[in-house]
Amino acid sequence: MRRERSGVNKQYSFPTVRTQGEETRPSRCPDNSAFKQQKLPAWKPQLSTATVLPGFFLTGAFCLAVGVCLILSANSVRDVQIDYSDKCSDCSKFRENSSNWNKECHCSVNFTLKEDILGDVFMYYGLQNFYQNHRRYVISRSDAQLLGRNVNSYCAPFTAYRNGTPMAPCGAIANSMFNDTIDLFYNLNSSAIQVPVLKTGNSWWTDKNVKFRNPKSYNLSSAFAGTARPPYWHKPVYLLDEEDERNNGYVNEDLIIWMRVSAFATFRNLYRRVKRIRQFADGLPAGNYTFRIAYNFPVTKFKGRKHVILSTVVWSGGSNPFLGIAYVVSGTAATLTGFVITAIHLKLRKKKTYFQK
Amino acid sequence: MIWKKHFFKETCCRCAAPDTEIQNEELEKRGKVKKRKKKNENKRVIISNLPFGSKKRKENPNRYYDSNKIKTTKYTILTFFPKNIYEQFHRFANIYFVVIALLNFVPVVNAFQPEVSVIPICVIMAITAIKDAWEDFRRYKLDKEINHMGCYVYNREERAYVEKCWKDVRVGDFVQLQCNETIPADILLLYSSDQNGICHLETANLDGETNLKQRHVVMGFSSQNTLFEPEFFQNSIICEMPNNDLNKFKGYMEQPNHERIGFNIESLLLRGCTIRNTEAAVGIVIYAGHETKAMLNNNGPRYKRSKIERRMNMDIFLCVGLLFMMCLVGAVGHGIWTGNFSEHPPYDVPDENGNFLSPVLAGFYMFLTMIILLQVLIPISLYVSIELVKLGQVFLIHNDIDLYDEEADLPIQCRALNITEDLGQIQYIFSDKTGTLTENKMVFRRCTVDGIEFSHQENARRLENHKDLDLDDEDFAKFQHFSLPPMNTERQATYKQRTMKPLGRCQSARAHFQGHTRSRSLGRRDSNQSQVAFSSTIEKDVTPDRRLLRRVREAALQTENLSPFIHMKTSTSLTDFFLALAICNTVLVSTATEPRQRVTVPPPIKPSGITLEKIHQIFQRLKLASLSQSFSSSQSGSDLGASFSAKNTEEHLAALDCCDNDDSCCASGRGDELQGKGSTDIGSASLDEVFKSVTNSSLPTDFCYEAESPDEAALVYAAQAYSFTLVSRTPEQVTVRLPQGTLLTFDILYTLGFDSVRKRMSVVVRHPLTKEIVVYTKGADSVIMDLLEDSAKADISAEKRMKRIKEKTQKHLDYYARDGLRTLCIAKKVLNEDDFQKWANFRREAEAAIDNRDELLMETAQHLETKLTLLGATGIEDRLQDGVPDTIAALREAGIQIWVLTGDKQETAVNIAYSCKLLNQRDTVFTINTENKETCESLLNLTLEEVRKNYEVEKPQRKIFGIIPTSFSASEAPSAEFGLVVDGRTLNVIFQGGLEEQFLALTKHCRSVLCCRSTPLQKSMVVKLIRRKLKVMTLSIGDGANDVSMIQAADVGIGISGQEGMQAVMASDFAISRFKHLKKLLLVHGHWCYARLAKMVIYFFYKNVSYVNLLFWYQFFCGFSGSTMIDYWQMIFFNLFFTSMPPLLFGVLDKDVSAETLLSLPKLYKNGQNSEIYKLSTFIITMLDAFYQSLICFFVPYLAYKDSDIDVFSFGNPINTIALLTILLHQALEMKTWTLFHLVTMVGSVVFYLVFSLIYNATCVVCNPPTNPYWIMERQLSDSTFYLLCLITPVIALLPRFFIFALRGTFGASLILKAQQLDKLPKGQQDLEIQKLRSSKQTTSAAAVSHGDTETQGLSTSDVNPLRKQTPEEGYCFFNRWAEEESTATDSSAGPFSGHYPLVPSRVANPGQNSGKLTKDNANNFNHGSHRRSVSAVTL
Repeated sequence: MRRERSGVNKQYSFPTVRTQGEETRPSRCPDNSAFKQQKLPAWKPQLSTATVLPGFFLTGAFCLAVGVCLILSANSVRDVQIDYSDKCSDCSKFRENSSNWNKECHCSVNFTLKEDILGDVFMYYGLQNFYQNHRRYVISRSDAQLLGRNVNSYCAPFTAYRNGTPMAPCGAIANSMFNDTIDLFYNLNSSAIQVPVLKTGNSWWTDKNVKFRNPKSYNLSSAFAGTARPPYWHKPVYLLDEEDERNNGYVNEDLIIWMRVSAFATFRNLYRRVKRIRQFADGLPAGNYTFRIAYNFPVTKFKGRKHVILSTVVWSGGSNPFLGIAYVVSGTAATLTGFVITAIHLKLRKKKTYFQK
Repeated sequence: MIWKKHFFKETCCRCAAPDTEIQNEELEKRGKVKKRKKKNENKRVIISNLPFGSKKRKENPNRYYDSNKIKTTKYTILTFFPKNIYEQFHRFANIYFVVIALLNFVPVVNAFQPEVSVIPICVIMAITAIKDAWEDFRRYKLDKEINHMGCYVYNREERAYVEKCWKDVRVGDFVQLQCNETIPADILLLYSSDQNGICHLETANLDGETNLKQRHVVMGFSSQNTLFEPEFFQNSIICEMPNNDLNKFKGYMEQPNHERIGFNIESLLLRGCTIRNTEAAVGIVIYAGHETKAMLNNNGPRYKRSKIERRMNMDIFLCVGLLFMMCLVGAVGHGIWTGNFSEHPPYDVPDENGNFLSPVLAGFYMFLTMIILLQVLIPISLYVSIELVKLGQVFLIHNDIDLYDEEADLPIQCRALNITEDLGQIQYIFSDKTGTLTENKMVFRRCTVDGIEFSHQENARRLENHKDLDLDDEDFAKFQHFSLPPMNTERQATYKQRTMKPLGRCQSARAHFQGHTRSRSLGRRDSNQSQVAFSSTIEKDVTPDRRLLRRVREAALQTENLSPFIHMKTSTSLTDFFLALAICNTVLVSTATEPRQRVTVPPPIKPSGITLEKIHQIFQRLKLASLSQSFSSSQSGSDLGASFSAKNTEEHLAALDCCDNDDSCCASGRGDELQGKGSTDIGSASLDEVFKSVTNSSLPTDFCYEAESPDEAALVYAAQAYSFTLVSRTPEQVTVRLPQGTLLTFDILYTLGFDSVRKRMSVVVRHPLTKEIVVYTKGADSVIMDLLEDSAKADISAEKRMKRIKEKTQKHLDYYARDGLRTLCIAKKVLNEDDFQKWANFRREAEAAIDNRDELLMETAQHLETKLTLLGATGIEDRLQDGVPDTIAALREAGIQIWVLTGDKQETAVNIAYSCKLLNQRDTVFTINTENKETCESLLNLTLEEVRKNYEVEKPQRKIFGIIPTSFSASEAPSAEFGLVVDGRTLNVIFQGGLEEQFLALTKHCRSVLCCRSTPLQKSMVVKLIRRKLKVMTLSIGDGANDVSMIQAADVGIGISGQEGMQAVMASDFAISRFKHLKKLLLVHGHWCYARLAKMVIYFFYKNVSYVNLLFWYQFFCGFSGSTMIDYWQMIFFNLFFTSMPPLLFGVLDKDVSAETLLSLPKLYKNGQNSEIYKLSTFIITMLDAFYQSLICFFVPYLAYKDSDIDVFSFGNPINTIALLTILLHQALEMKTWTLFHLVTMVGSVVFYLVFSLIYNATCVVCNPPTNPYWIMERQLSDSTFYLLCLITPVIALLPRFFIFALRGTFGASLILKAQQLDKLPKGQQDLEIQKLRSSKQTTSAAAVSHGDTETQGLSTSDVNPLRKQTPEEGYCFFNRWAEEESTATDSSAGPFSGHYPLVPSRVANPGQNSGKLTKDNANNFNHGSHRRSVSAVTL
């Protein structure tokens, strides 16, 4: 390059030659484009009290409005929570002895609804201090098996028995499945009417129809031939729901729901929905009720507790009022800040020292 | 004489010793089989390959040397993976992440599925590997191309040169090279088609120097007129081992009869250079392939670690500490949690064998698991991101049109890719003077001959015009290409008119040139000067001084008429002076019409009119008349003293006296004119004849001179202006055309090249007419003045006269220096034949020596250059570059300390410093010149005290104005009132005497520091000292090879791609073409790069900490078991894709303040200088904010989902989304500029996240076992809580930050914020506000600056004097080594310089500069000392 240039130089009195030189060698001059010269049209937001004022007030107003709505709607949610780990202390003691693992223990818990619970009523079982989110617990499952395929090895040590019979379903999650049976009775005029409940439709549609599949075979028991139930279970997986073929085996919704491990140690899982027929068409009427519980699931060894919960839901979720409060508080804070900023802004404007200070 | 003999004896001994050594070694070698390939031998023996042919290859002793095949690739296809991976593991971060990924494979501690956890590190290493592979492939392709280039190698079978690929050339092969061919290897030149055995080389590929270099055939081979026959080459070549010194090479050739021929770099053709002007050359390959000097010099790009990166590495250690703490919390928590159970709960899953861990062991394993889990706390993506961002920044800097130099067609070159942000943190600039601050375009300005000064007023005026009128006078001075300058003014006018035509052409060319470039508001002056590598019109054209011209003409006339005329003496010195200018150099001549066509043989035309014989007669007579007695030592025996005929001397003394009385020499000039008139009348007829004869001659009138240094060219052009035209030059001969039109051809006996130790160069020529052997020397005045002939032995009047001339010349020299001119002394010496022969023998021996030859050569040179006769001196101007004062003012306003480190004279340097406003007229300048440690120490202390006194007085006053920035850095704000000048010797004393502390303490108070006369080593030592002791960011800028060490020593090295070759550029990190580009480079790009990168780094820390903390908080709710609520893929992608683009774009494109505002408010630079954006406090605040935001992002969803039937991933999904929104919005808050790109990447990131999550969650039923987030995103998108959370959480997380930003935007007093507000104002108001800001910010310093502004040059204002005189405390103090003796000297201001020179009196004078020497060897140097003192007497 340089040589050429100096070569041109030697003939600088002959402009024609030089022009040629210029043409043959493209100039190394950078493009004068907006991007390369960093002169792209740009919006330069400037944060100052004046510019953020509307922002604060708008945010405040919006949050307050949403917050009030949320609180109001959360207040309409009915939520009945009954801790039965104490009330069934006999059974829980009975369960502490592991030799009784296959014996049944029943207990009843009575409660009174002072008001009607209108709308769809959901029945949950709640567990406290049950760390379903423990890392080794969470991964102790086999989605492939639950899809009716071969087991993969994450289930250890709940993959198979010593004799090589694989567990179905394998893994710690399935093994520790919540197996209390809870029935709700409405005590009307000293006669106990069993509240009709729905076993199905409680889980996610995709879980029930995509993620969980029984192995293909002409019937379930043959599909699970050669497998054994998990050690903690009382019955094999193909007997989970003997009444409903489509709710049996891996697609049993209690299993599906249990397999969706909970985020916290204290959680609830949807157990049943009240079927809105006859006197329960509008929900649960006020009155005395009884839970009849087949107490199978031991909680005392990890200081856990068990609940049964009746609840309704609204558009904004369950009974948790936190979101509403959060909206109201932050709305209030934003509005107050807005006022503070207004004060500052006005004061500064009066002083006329806005820029030069 | 005795001394001399002794010296030479010593030399001989030294010569002999190494030779025997070599011999022994060789015998040894021949005895043994040469199996030891590169075993510690420091000699290389090469013999011809031909006898060995292809069969006996194995016997060839050359076979162990590298072949010419080059391989610059690092990898082959097979070795790529292992080697690349191995290299990548040199990075600490990579090892860290690989170890963590491997740890994940241990079942007891793994946190993720092991296969997945290697993905991030694999991705990052793959990206790096792909980059490396691509680069390597490019190198491979280039290598292949080079290896397959063809060249002609002698083949024994075919007895001819056959074409071979470069890669097949071997050491010992004979290669024939043709014109314009590139040299394939380092080849020893054995034959050249040139009859003188010369081969011309262009080394532009190697060092960028465009001038041609000459290479000589090895001695003994040059005489061969026949073609070189490789078959008969029986010699063995012994030379040094391959090294990377481009300028040194030595060895000898041993003939079969054991005769040795020495050779050096002058015979070596270097690989990569191009043969020019030589039809064919043959040589033997000495070094091939990777052993060639070019390849050994080929270092890869430099790697420097920037300040931000150093800071970042520290913060990474803080992060490691944080990580450790968090892991410890996890471990202890898990241990306690596990220990709480009396019985194992069903969710505590035993290992495969059904065993449970003890709490302590579980805790320990959990510690490791947590490290894996929280590894992202150490930002893995940060390193890669920083590299990418810097690439982007470099791209933008490279493309800045303001940093593009139209003239050189060069944009800025960014050679170091990873220190862009250092540009924004510079605190000290060390600048070279010549070529950096100045143009390095040497313009002949003045000269003094025989003690008479010729001011060249016309030339000065021309140069002024050149500055003012842009185009019109480009070719103004063309007229002087005629051999004799105009006789009178009328003629001059006509010549002027004649020159108008070429001018028009030039203009059109220029118009075209500007057409393709952007038009600028600021005129680009001198635009087409530097089109030229060395000589532009401004340098070429010298308007001769009329007075001097007349004298030259007289001289010509005298020689013509052979009349012993009155000014005979002067005339001969004049002739000698100009002859010396013309021939004492290494300038190459080429004609303008055919570029690159060297003029080596003078055209065979004889000027009509005067025959050579006649000239010969003239010289003979002249010699008889006056010269012979004074200068030819042959008659006067061993004494080389000069004697003058009494008559001449007397006359001359009268002339000198005349000059003395009126120092401007006007009167004397007038007298000369009067006298001259007479002579002109007498000789007019014959002169006209001469004139005609020359103008009629068909000699090409336009020569182009290619000099290694621009000074030389300037001198040759100056000589040309006085009709002493250098016509041709070969290594043996040099031809000069005299004013008479005669061509005079001198035989060059020796050329003693310039070196920085001797500071001079000489040529030894044989005068063609008188047959005398003459040594012409030119060099720095300090050196030459010491080497002048000891006049003690001459008769008294002559001695007096010599002394007189010396004094006057010295006076003129001092004045030149004060005027900022570069001075050179010209001297000569006549040798008698015997002395010369004696000397020549020793010289030859020295040349043949292989060990310490350099010292020997140096000694022989020094021996010759003694007892010189002073002819005169020249003053060459080096003009200040465009925009230098403005740039310096801006940089200083930006708080940068600027030092000038130059090898130049003190006076010159100080003057340049004044004219570029480095020093101010009102500054107090301290000068320290001493060689004595004690003196130096006391001077430093004294000065320091003085400065402190002054400083403390001013300090409270300053605080009132609020100027001192509230930075508590080690360096206090430097006072604007002091300047310090030290010279190289003083620096030596400071470094060796351990006075660094005092020196630094003093310099901290000084506005600017000038180090004059400093060697390259001293320059780098100064830089290192400042860097080490003050812990500041330094930048060095220079253009020459002497600046290389300084450039390398600094944090940021900037090379100016100027006229002194490419060495500085090669060593630099950034190469610019003009000093003024530094302003935008630092103030704008530096600021931006720093702000961008600093903010990005901080953001990365924030991002990683806030994201990883989400996982950490979750541990409190899962029994510290290390579970994650976010799917691992989404976590990986979060860092790799979802949140990577906006910060990258931010790092490349964000502009906190516009370029215009940054340039007009240089104070903004302090932001980066004080590292205000990225420092420990901001890091901690960011960390705290990250903690706060992660708390919000985790706990708002936690509280909202508490006690619900939410599952793990359904809980993690909103958190992930919220974190994404918060992190992106946080980035949005940081962004000061929103372009379409920003918006697109922001929105794109969110959209990409959603799309990816939806697809991934919909398709992944069993992938990624054992867990996967199937259908979670879809489900959440139909859930109102998700939306409500995504709305409120980022608001809560960012509201405080937003609020603080708003407050800061209102109350913030920082200049950056004000500048941002300025950017929004309309143009007119903006200027107004900038003015206000500037004036309010620098009330005191501005006063000083504006004062300086009013004085355009500072050189012509003498009215400043009285002021200075009256206020000594504001004036200048002035120290020298006599300070102890004369205590008053400390405060003594120099008396008003009542001289005739339009000069401000020296603020800095150094009387007794050499008086230290005086004490050492007083006898020898007495004269010298005295003449110095006489000068200082004037200044004191």
